[in-house]
Amino acid sequence: MAPVQSAAAARPLPVRKTRRSWTGWGFIGPFALVFTLVFLAPIAYSVHLSLFQDRLIGGTTFVGLDNYQRALQDREFWEGVGRVGLFLVVQVPVMLGIALLVALALDSGRLYGKSFFRIAIFLPYAVPAVVAALMWGFLYGTRFGLVGDIDDALNTTLPDPLSPGLVLASIGNIVTWEFAGYNMLILYSALRVIPASLYEAAEIDGAGQLRVITAIKLPAIRGALAIATIFSIIGSFQLFNEPSILRSLAPNAITTSYTPNLYTYALSFNGQQQNYAATVAIVMGLITMVVAYVVQLRGMRKAA
Amino acid sequence: MPITRRQALLTGAALAVSSTAGACGSSDAGSSGAEPLSDADLGAALKAGGSLTVWSWNEPLRKTVKDFMAKYPEVKVDLVNAGTNTDEYTALQNAIKAGKGVPDIAMIEYYALPQFTLAKSLTDLRELGAGKLKSAFSPGPWNAVGAGADGVYGLPLDSGPMALFYNKEVFDKHKIKVPETWEEYFAAAAKLHAADPKAYITNDTGDAGFTTSMIWQAGGRPYSVDGTKVGVDFADAGSEKFAGAWQRLIDDKLLAPVTSWSDEWYRGLGDGSIATLVIGAWMPSSLQLGVKSAAGKWRVAPMPQWEKGAGKSAENGGSSLVITEASAKKTLAYAFLRYATVGAGVQSRIDEGTFPATTEHLGSRAFQDKKVAYFGGQRINRVLAESAEQVASGWSYLPYQVYANSVFNDTVGKAYVGGRSLQEGLKSWQDASVEYGKEQGFTVQ
Repeated sequence: MAPVQSAAAARPLPVRKTRRSWTGWGFIGPFALVFTLVFLAPIAYSVHLSLFQDRLIGGTTFVGLDNYQRALQDREFWEGVGRVGLFLVVQVPVMLGIALLVALALDSGRLYGKSFFRIAIFLPYAVPAVVAALMWGFLYGTRFGLVGDIDDALNTTLPDPLSPGLVLASIGNIVTWEFAGYNMLILYSALRVIPASLYEAAEIDGAGQLRVITAIKLPAIRGALAIATIFSIIGSFQLFNEPSILRSLAPNAITTSYTPNLYTYALSFNGQQQNYAATVAIVMGLITMVVAYVVQLRGMRKAA
Repeated sequence: MPITRRQALLTGAALAVSSTAGACGSSDAGSSGAEPLSDADLGAALKAGGSLTVWSWNEPLRKTVKDFMAKYPEVKVDLVNAGTNTDEYTALQNAIKAGKGVPDIAMIEYYALPQFTLAKSLTDLRELGAGKLKSAFSPGPWNAVGAGADGVYGLPLDSGPMALFYNKEVFDKHKIKVPETWEEYFAAAAKLHAADPKAYITNDTGDAGFTTSMIWQAGGRPYSVDGTKVGVDFADAGSEKFAGAWQRLIDDKLLAPVTSWSDEWYRGLGDGSIATLVIGAWMPSSLQLGVKSAAGKWRVAPMPQWEKGAGKSAENGGSSLVITEASAKKTLAYAFLRYATVGAGVQSRIDEGTFPATTEHLGSRAFQDKKVAYFGGQRINRVLAESAEQVASGWSYLPYQVYANSVFNDTVGKAYVGGRSLQEGLKSWQDASVEYGKEQGFTVQ
């Protein structure tokens, strides 16, 4: 009996300490477990994959950073990055501009059938991206699609929206159609929480609608705009569904390395180059992070 | 043609093999004791039963499976459509890599076989006694399933010797003669499009399988394969002959810009705006199923020739059934394979419009004399079987043809939307194929 007691008495402190730390783990545990499994583990596995090479002849070998070196010199990859970069600087401002205009129009209170417009503009977001791309693909058809019908009716020859020179713009159109409503909703909800007292003050000061927009509304939703921009940047860099679906209609205009994500897919599924695909995905992830971070910093500085 | 004669002599033996394939327990006089599996073994396996998973997107195989299960009620065959060609190969490769969900049997096209044999994912069917089936198949498909002389990795399910399918109604309307040479074909293309600007001689938006088959017929042999040594060269005479000639159709805008197998394509085949197809002998079943509205309008003629009367053709498509290395039921799987590819299963697919690879059926009166109502009662099998005999020899695909074909539109496809010629496109396809080969550890010349 005595030895047991003395042993227990000898370590009261560690026991209490252990209990305290376990309590913390109890709270954080479920989150940590899921976070590790679904977030950290896949990233770690991708990094692991990117250090190897699996060849049809010779099997799997450790190659260190060779894959990264290859990615940095990969013309196809950087052309893809350039393409989504161009897409980003053209499509995102257009889409957010439309979203902002619509949000301000809805918020102005001068629109009849406000809730109908709100739902109508948001509706495309509820259409699955695959369905949207297919639908637009049919509209773009120059033989049996809408473009073809217009040509037939008016006896014109419209440029082919799926030709190599125009297909990026056509994809931009689809993405704008899909996501303008979604961004509109983000901006609109930010507009709704502006205190009415600010508007009353503006009215007393004799400010017009334009002045209200530039002095009150826009500064108030700057944070929401920054968020919408970051989402859109990530979306642009991850462009995949639309070009992937349209590829079956325009196989010669959209290459297998058209966007970095398509390239990763092709590498991994057509070429069995999972290791290099993982490398490309990691590099692209880093680029996205850097760009999104820079935009976020800028957005915050302006807000401050 | 000594091979053909030997084939004819051995057709009888093949008949014996195929008729006993199904008979439970009967011993085959032709099988030697050295063979690992006797027909008795197969019969026992069929009797013991079990379940098999088969991956295939081939519609007619459904009938074969149904007949097989009616005959052998102990065996349950689960026919799964895991996607069409590359989709299936991707799924299969993933399953093999994961070591889980691998089917016992899969359908793989000839061009894709080397990729799987190289990775040692398939069972060498000689272990199961397939070596003696050589005489049962026509030489083209048989060569396609054997990786050189190194094994037999599948049994031919069908074959695709090429022929000219043409819409007789359109030809008659514009008084166009059925072209015997490519020159006549190109002239017909111009005449047809001039007479009806909505009509084209054929469609093409860049199709790797079509291009390689055309080069095959023109005498080009761009690929050389010797184990892990491969060569890619699209500068040979045959490739240039094809590229130069086909470029004229592209330049003159005489090809319908419609991608094969699209809805638009089927519509074009039905309404006469796509007047011909130079395609494999498996096409009749696709026409009959997919373009019902054009019944009676289409006919089949021999493939146009580069030199009048040369009598040369090539294979286009065609597929085999393989047993995966991962399968735990190889004996039973092989019993099904035999039934489906040389046994009674062949006839069930022929009835559905498939073009067989078996000498027995190709040579049979009933097959050759069959009048096909869809083709206005023409005996199309005579034309197609003749093409099977005229397939030019010496062709091989790359051991990574699936990948090569996947980047065809990135490279050669550019020629179809302007900006580069077919020859330049083929050159950059060659570069991409060489680069990939090197990356994958092949010695590329």
